[in-house]
Amino acid sequence: MTPELLSMSNAPWIFVSAMMVKILLVFGVTMGIVAYATWVERKLIGHMQTRLGPMLTGWHGLLQPIADGLKLFFKEDIIPAQASKVPFLLAPLMILVPSLITIAVVPFGGDISFTYHGQTYLIPLQISDLNIGILYVLAMAGLGVYGITLAGWSSNSKYSLLGGVRASAQMISYELAAGLAIVAIFMMSESLSLRDIVAAQREVLWGIESLPHWVHNWYVFSQPLAFCLFVVTGMAEINRTPFDMPEAESELVSGFCTEYSSMKYALFFMAEYANMIVLCAIISTLFLGGWDGPFWGPLNLLAKIFSFMLFFMWIRATFPRVRYDQLMKMGWKLFLPLALANIVITGIVMVL
Amino acid sequence: MQVLFFYLVAFVAVASGLLVVTCKSPVNSALALVNTFFCLAIFYVMLHAPFMAAIQIMVYAGAIMVLILFVIMLLNLGVETMKKTTHTVWGIVAGSLVMMLTFFFIKRGQPANISGPITNEVVESVGHTQLIGKHIFVDFLLPFEITSILLLVAIVGAVILAKKEV
Repeated sequence: MTPELLSMSNAPWIFVSAMMVKILLVFGVTMGIVAYATWVERKLIGHMQTRLGPMLTGWHGLLQPIADGLKLFFKEDIIPAQASKVPFLLAPLMILVPSLITIAVVPFGGDISFTYHGQTYLIPLQISDLNIGILYVLAMAGLGVYGITLAGWSSNSKYSLLGGVRASAQMISYELAAGLAIVAIFMMSESLSLRDIVAAQREVLWGIESLPHWVHNWYVFSQPLAFCLFVVTGMAEINRTPFDMPEAESELVSGFCTEYSSMKYALFFMAEYANMIVLCAIISTLFLGGWDGPFWGPLNLLAKIFSFMLFFMWIRATFPRVRYDQLMKMGWKLFLPLALANIVITGIVMVL
Repeated sequence: MQVLFFYLVAFVAVASGLLVVTCKSPVNSALALVNTFFCLAIFYVMLHAPFMAAIQIMVYAGAIMVLILFVIMLLNLGVETMKKTTHTVWGIVAGSLVMMLTFFFIKRGQPANISGPITNEVVESVGHTQLIGKHIFVDFLLPFEITSILLLVAIVGAVILAKKEV
């Protein structure tokens, strides 16, 4: 019997249970990475600055994330008297939720076949294969701005407000360049669905048959400029260190989350790492072949995500913060024209 | 199932629409408006138009509302400014006129009962994005280009107005 793609119409109960398992698995893995990314970052930056990082809780501070979580959980939850209550409460959720639901469209492996009552079903290792996958990712990235902006405004403190205003200006400008940088990818794959983009990257590089068979058509080879642009603008969009103007400690205390405490602060912290994981997953999927590679699908994707996260941490340890006017000038006068030029060049090459 | 879901989303859309006009604080109104846009995007998905849904969120919720929120935050309109501008009577008159018009059209308007070439099945098989792309860049290329030039003129105009010396 020919294998069928598992869907709501051919086997509703298996579909629903497979979906629940996939969602729980992806959520669990993401949260696990979020918790331990904090530990890895502190250790790594510590060693790069010839310190030791956390050492006391557990072996080499391995229990530190749990200790931090417990500490934040039991701290007093302070809402400033002058704050606007509703946006103040909503802001941490509005920043964490968009980044977590973006993971739903990232494919993390090939299809698994599953036989039930003689019928073979194929379970795609992706929570949802949206026809408009990339647009969904961009739309959710756009919604992430609200969290920071509202957190900054509703705290009713000058540092928070400045952080929030900087964040929204920065994220709006860089979103544009990031969106334009990946237009070249749609042009090459002729699809917006992440599943099809990964499938297109599993073919032979540039259609040259004489190359060894393990050289795949990853878009980083055809689109190096778009890759660099997307990595840098992505870093600016998730407010990682060379671009962390919204929470520049030396100028703004702690930026938009100055007034937050307890679990709400923890949510901001989790959102920062969740955003980083999502960005790494999207970069790997768009430019580095997603789950394509020498090992089992999910392991390949995780390896790519981890190497990108280590790269971001390395940059955080070594680069100074850019100045705000330089940041805006770079976004509008350098990255945007480069992304547009890249689209034009890709178009010309494709027509030829 | 789908009908139940529609009513749930419709309820949220109407409730947040009401919140937009009744909230005291302009920021809360703006947030309620974002929620309304989100519900509209869900309606687009239910009408087999996923591309429109993504664009709705990207453009309206992700860009335009952020700018509006930005302006509200920077101007910091207080509750006093809100109270000065209440036109309850005119609001009721205009609202009931629009409502009458809507009911009129719902009662009068018969669906033409002619199905065009683009049905749900075509959208499912070809893809919504592909259909829109083909129509914009093949069938309606000239109107599309004219619109883009119009927008470009508007952008240049805005820059000239905003800058004192060009």
